[in-house]
Amino acid sequence: MAIDAINGIVRTVVTGSKEYKAWMGFLSLLALVGIAFVFRQIDQGLIATNMRDDVSWGWYIANFTFLVGVAAAAVVLVIPYYIYDFKPIGEIVLIGEIMAVAAVSMCLMFIVLDMGSAERFWHLIPMIGIFNFPQSILTWDVVVLNMYLVLNLSLVIYALSKTYAGKSYKTKLIMPFIFFSIPAAISIHTVTAFLYLGAPARPFWNTAVLAPRFIASAFCSGPAFMLIIFQIIRKTTKLKIEDAALHKMAEIVTWCMAVNLFLLGSEVFKEMYSATAHIEPFNYLWNGLRGHNQLVPWIWTAVIVNSIAFLILIVPSIRKNFFMLNIACTFIFIGVYIEKGMGLIFPGFAPSTLGDIYDYMPNSMELWISLGVWAIGLLIFTVGAKICIAIKTGEIGHADPSAHH
Amino acid sequence: MSDDIKGKEKSLITRRKFLAGLTAGAAASALPAGEAGAYAFEELFRQHYKRLTADELKDILAKLEEEMSFKYGKEVHAKATPPIDNTVFGYALDLSRCIGCRRCVYACVKENNLSRDPQIQWIKVLEFQKGNNKWQGLEHSNRYYEPEQVPEKGRFYVPVQCQQCKKPACVKVCPVQATWQEPDGIVVVDYNWCIGCRFCMAACPYGARSFNWGKPSMPKEEFNPEIHYLGNRPQYKGVVGKCTFCIQRSRAGKYTACVEACPVGARKFGNLMDPNSEIRYVLENMKVFRLKEELDTNPKFFYFFSMGTGVKS
Ligand code: SF4
Ligand code: SF4
Repeated sequence: MAIDAINGIVRTVVTGSKEYKAWMGFLSLLALVGIAFVFRQIDQGLIATNMRDDVSWGWYIANFTFLVGVAAAAVVLVIPYYIYDFKPIGEIVLIGEIMAVAAVSMCLMFIVLDMGSAERFWHLIPMIGIFNFPQSILTWDVVVLNMYLVLNLSLVIYALSKTYAGKSYKTKLIMPFIFFSIPAAISIHTVTAFLYLGAPARPFWNTAVLAPRFIASAFCSGPAFMLIIFQIIRKTTKLKIEDAALHKMAEIVTWCMAVNLFLLGSEVFKEMYSATAHIEPFNYLWNGLRGHNQLVPWIWTAVIVNSIAFLILIVPSIRKNFFMLNIACTFIFIGVYIEKGMGLIFPGFAPSTLGDIYDYMPNSMELWISLGVWAIGLLIFTVGAKICIAIKTGEIGHADPSAHH
Repeated sequence: MSDDIKGKEKSLITRRKFLAGLTAGAAASALPAGEAGAYAFEELFRQHYKRLTADELKDILAKLEEEMSFKYGKEVHAKATPPIDNTVFGYALDLSRCIGCRRCVYACVKENNLSRDPQIQWIKVLEFQKGNNKWQGLEHSNRYYEPEQVPEKGRFYVPVQCQQCKKPACVKVCPVQATWQEPDGIVVVDYNWCIGCRFCMAACPYGARSFNWGKPSMPKEEFNPEIHYLGNRPQYKGVVGKCTFCIQRSRAGKYTACVEACPVGARKFGNLMDPNSEIRYVLENMKVFRLKEELDTNPKFFYFFSMGTGVKS
């Protein structure tokens, strides 16, 4: 049985349509290019990036932050399916969890890439190294991210092995873990927001609204990304995904975007009306400061695409049109991606604590390495999703594809 | 603990004598390849400074001396002098005297073996326009002023370096305790323990921490061979460094390099616990203030104006 299963899984991964093979080849190529650049970074040090003392975190940390958000996709599916027993989502909840696994893996890769002395990672291992817990919020992040990774990975493996055997996986054994994954998902976002908002040296980040805004925007971008992927999956595989499931997700995205824009408005009001010296990074981002205005077009693009997406989503009849929905999802993905990088990490450092403005933008090496990480993440996701679908549709194993598990 | 380390110091002497002979032997012969490899291996698994036993520390310092003597072609003395009892170091800077000449900056670079390329400077001298009322939050500074002569008319200067906070934001955030406050108030970094995450740089309100973005380098002849494990020993690519009040000098009862370099005597340094120290005199007789007091980091670095409210222009 175990041998059978492994054979089946390997067969599933290595066989597929022309498009599947082209996709995998494309991702592998990107991953290899990224890895080649990683060697250069290891050799020269982080000086090969555009980061400097004045902007000491950049594109890697921006991507990390965004991807913590994408890992949220899972919980947006877990809640309606397991808590409200909304059946249509049952088909896709596992794929959401696989997405979470891929996203958290990417997060960890970005963190390691950003470390100046990554070979000393063992210093972080409790007992062997020195784990500055609970003082350092970074240690909290290490804990919750790894916990979330293990949790989702176990849930997926458990569910798939049950399904493979033709049994239901919604068992008493699993439910406590499912419930636990909800606060765990919230915690990875909250803790990641706390990394920034706990720094009084950086007035731009030092605002309590950062954590809730983080969660709201994460619950938009993750599901927006998934919505597009689910449509691709149902076109290219035998997995049936009902419109109702997608509409439910779109509805959740709508309200989260409303909250995100509302919190953004509160932030804008607070900064502009109080107009203290702390408005400088805010001005740097939105209007430009002392002739430095490279972020201005980015942030306005983000706000405009997010607002257009919100307008599309808010009218149910429009968001039920898949063409419009896809435009909205693409806009949200772009909008939130910009918000996390150009809109959050970079302006946090400009002006610096000593009043200098260093206009940071990632260089091509940082972009290639980041693309490589994304490619590896998407490889993990594609392989995971393909196995999951093969098991769910009964291609391998003994699942009854017509039954809702 | 401190007795402990004193013990380490003593047992080092013999080793140093041996080394002196070794390096004096002209063309300081190359480190055997095997030994260099073993050293790199040891470094990879080296424990945190505070967890090293006296013997381990002794060995490490000896190897450091050997390695640095070989690399820079001079006799090197590596120490880990412990804090002195009843001593907490404090610093005061007279803004009415500072002329913005940056001699402190260069003296610091030399004393502390900071990388020349890529350039690292632990002291930053900020230039402000007189009459600019936004200087205390440091928002409107110019760090890259290049006039033909300093001080320039209508400008004043505020040198900033690690403020040796009593409540250091950098220490709190470090995930591996690679940076901490010593009993004499100096905040240090273990360059062999730092993982280079740069969280401390995001947290420090005074831009005091510098990252080694690339491999540090300096001309051999400018290498300062009197090094301290927690201070001016050469740093590595991918780790953070910062001003340590010249720990190698201050713990030996000397002034810091910046104090000695300042041509106008704007810099005052001493033991805050000693009622007769110069620093205590300044604190008791001048109206001192600290940067970004609202953050309550509680710096042990004070600023004051001994004459009027600024230099005559
Ligand atoms: S000035 Fe910065 S580096 Fe120095 S002790 Fe304070 S927070 Fe730490
Ligand atoms: S860069 Fe080094 S000293 Fe700074 S927080 Fe990270 S591990 Fe600690």
